[in-house]
Amino acid sequence: MRSDVLIIGAGGAGLVAALNAHKSGAKVRVLTKEYPTRSQTSMAQGGINAALGNVADDSVEAHIQNTLKSAHGLANEEAVKLLCEEAPKAVEWLDSIGVPFSRTKDAKIAQRTLGGASAPRACYAQDYTGLKILHTLYDRCNEAGIEILNERYLLNFVVNKDTYDKPYACGATVLNIRTGEVETYESASVIVATGGYSRIYDRYSTNSVGSTGDGIAAALRAGARLSDMEFIQFHPTALKNSAILISESARGAGGYLVNSQGERFTNELAPRDEVARAIVNEIEKGEDVFLDIRHLGEAFIDAELPQERKLARLYENVDPVYDLIPIKPVAHYTMGGIEVDAKSQSKLKGLFAVGECANHRVHGANRLGGNSLLELIVFGIQSGENAAKYAREFDKSIETSAASQSANNFVKGVKYFSNQIDFYEKKAFLGKIFYNNAGIQRDEMGLKAVLGAVRQIQKEIPFMGPRDKSKLYNTNLVEFIEFGNMVELSEIILVCAISRNESRGAHFRSDIPQANDMAYKAHTITWKEDSVLCADFME
Amino acid sequence: MKIQIKRYTTEPKLHEAVLEYEVALEDATLLEVLHEIKTKQDPSLSYASGCRSSVCGSCSMRVNEKEVLACAYKVQEGDLVEPLRNAPVIRDLVVDMDKAYAFNAKAKGWLQSSSAKKALTLEDEKRNELQSDCILCGSCYSACPVYSVNEEFLGPFALTRVWKYVSDAREEGISEKIANIQTNGVWDCTLCNECTLVCPQGISSKSDIEKLRSKSAMEGFSDPNFGNFGGGFGFDGSPSF
Repeated sequence: MRSDVLIIGAGGAGLVAALNAHKSGAKVRVLTKEYPTRSQTSMAQGGINAALGNVADDSVEAHIQNTLKSAHGLANEEAVKLLCEEAPKAVEWLDSIGVPFSRTKDAKIAQRTLGGASAPRACYAQDYTGLKILHTLYDRCNEAGIEILNERYLLNFVVNKDTYDKPYACGATVLNIRTGEVETYESASVIVATGGYSRIYDRYSTNSVGSTGDGIAAALRAGARLSDMEFIQFHPTALKNSAILISESARGAGGYLVNSQGERFTNELAPRDEVARAIVNEIEKGEDVFLDIRHLGEAFIDAELPQERKLARLYENVDPVYDLIPIKPVAHYTMGGIEVDAKSQSKLKGLFAVGECANHRVHGANRLGGNSLLELIVFGIQSGENAAKYAREFDKSIETSAASQSANNFVKGVKYFSNQIDFYEKKAFLGKIFYNNAGIQRDEMGLKAVLGAVRQIQKEIPFMGPRDKSKLYNTNLVEFIEFGNMVELSEIILVCAISRNESRGAHFRSDIPQANDMAYKAHTITWKEDSVLCADFME
Repeated sequence: MKIQIKRYTTEPKLHEAVLEYEVALEDATLLEVLHEIKTKQDPSLSYASGCRSSVCGSCSMRVNEKEVLACAYKVQEGDLVEPLRNAPVIRDLVVDMDKAYAFNAKAKGWLQSSSAKKALTLEDEKRNELQSDCILCGSCYSACPVYSVNEEFLGPFALTRVWKYVSDAREEGISEKIANIQTNGVWDCTLCNECTLVCPQGISSKSDIEKLRSKSAMEGFSDPNFGNFGGGFGFDGSPSF
């Protein structure tokens, strides 16, 4: 059954796109590998930026400047301008559909300061901002009667060629996790909203286990280009043992970072990359690092940071009201993704992308806290409208039998991989070497060593495979395919990081600690030609 | 540490068994233990998980007959782990939540409001802050004795969602929403409070349902289980007319 717009992913970006494609008159279908409301968006705590000036002076211009500064020359000024100008409208829309934002005493939407922001700009709903936005969007989709199919895992996009031999996307093949069958969905246009790839860092990531870059890898295979894949943001404050996030709002509210001596060693509200590096320097000196929010008091912590208190107790056995919270920086957000134009369309016609999987060139080399929820609203609206418009004008045929056949062969074939090597072990290994050598601080030697290891893993993949051969609800199989996607993206991240012989934002090369605008104030573009990885720097 | 896990598959034929696993982890969450078993001992063990921090609602299951989030429960020696009740088990600890999720739409759990803006006050916000913490983990449906015998009962999280919007100062469709929850809705609940006891977010659907009942009465509805029978028996067994 055909739809006008097919959306892969039911997180914030996917649902906003769905609502707006629907509003534009398109027949919309959403596929998710989980359920809507279980996505990464639910974990966003800090807030969504908009220069409302509700609690202190602020301006759209200041928002633009803060964003550009953090982006270190790699953002597109037009895109950033659009993002920041549309922000007040985006928040107003969320408010109008029922997002229960926290309020000030004078009945305005409350705002707080996150790192790198010149004013309290992040609108929030306690420390459940993402959760409450996501659930409200889901409720809205229910009202609109949008079709959402759960537990469908993306395999590949369907690509056809027109009479001039130009390729276009027109559907997707997915694994129905419950039945184990391959399903093929035809659609005039496709929106990728599958999230980022932070789980390459495995246990060294704040992310949900689902952030495995599936849509990005599939888009690359389908002929789209990726950009700036080496830029990965590390969040300064994750719990030391579990990598569970402690929101930046804890520092925004006045929390300190201290070492084992109880000394502060950095400006807690500097951009995330700077704070993360400062922490790593302390750790390398042999210090343990802690977040101290005791002075904020129990009443404040319970009102504004209740999750943080709960999680610190559960995972670290400390109570932030009385104790220091042991922390470390871990992978949190991936700035790179599918390269898109001003209409959210990728290099492959008919394939749109939005959210963390896309690169709209608003975050550049380092994303500001509070800008990712904003991005998925502003560009979610845009991508939904544009994909619907594209679908209206779509006059080509859709042929899916070849794609279907190849997806079926893949799913059948992968189960008969030889299983001499345990992929879970390799997955943990990949995460560890990425964290140590392709993480907060990198150098050429370390990156090349990891690249060697990744190429070895690529060769070994046929000797891995799922050990569970069942058809029904085979999570071992899904996790293996996710691992394959992560290995594919790992190579790209490393090639980009090795090529970028400078330090910029979240990409910090300890062997070349300066930026080099002459050579590298450009986007790292990667694509595949006949399965060969190509990379270049482009404006 | 040893734990027992109820396994279930229909492939190649229906098979159920409680299997014992031994893991060397100390002071670990159930999710960490399940991950350890899946990656080191038995890759066929099936369960759902996501955020590891109690906001995505994926890893709800039962331990020693009580609903928990696997990511928020510290494993004890001898624990018995089972899937949620009142939902079809797909495999092992994974249940099909589609039906429970669909109640959100059936109950019209969304804000109905015209574009005219109404500024919410701090007090307005606090009124349904707790209800908007719901993560749809489904623990309440698993614990609900009414849902277990009436599968058309709208159920706890969907009714909490209705209260969330009915109590929203911006809501304009209160009458319609209240009318919509009269059948298989607020009056079917027995107020047993099981949903409250298992909610990982501290939400009481029971008390939200009570509030919806008062609202229903204000809208002119009454409990169909009482009155209007034109006769019947009182609690003491004597006829009352």
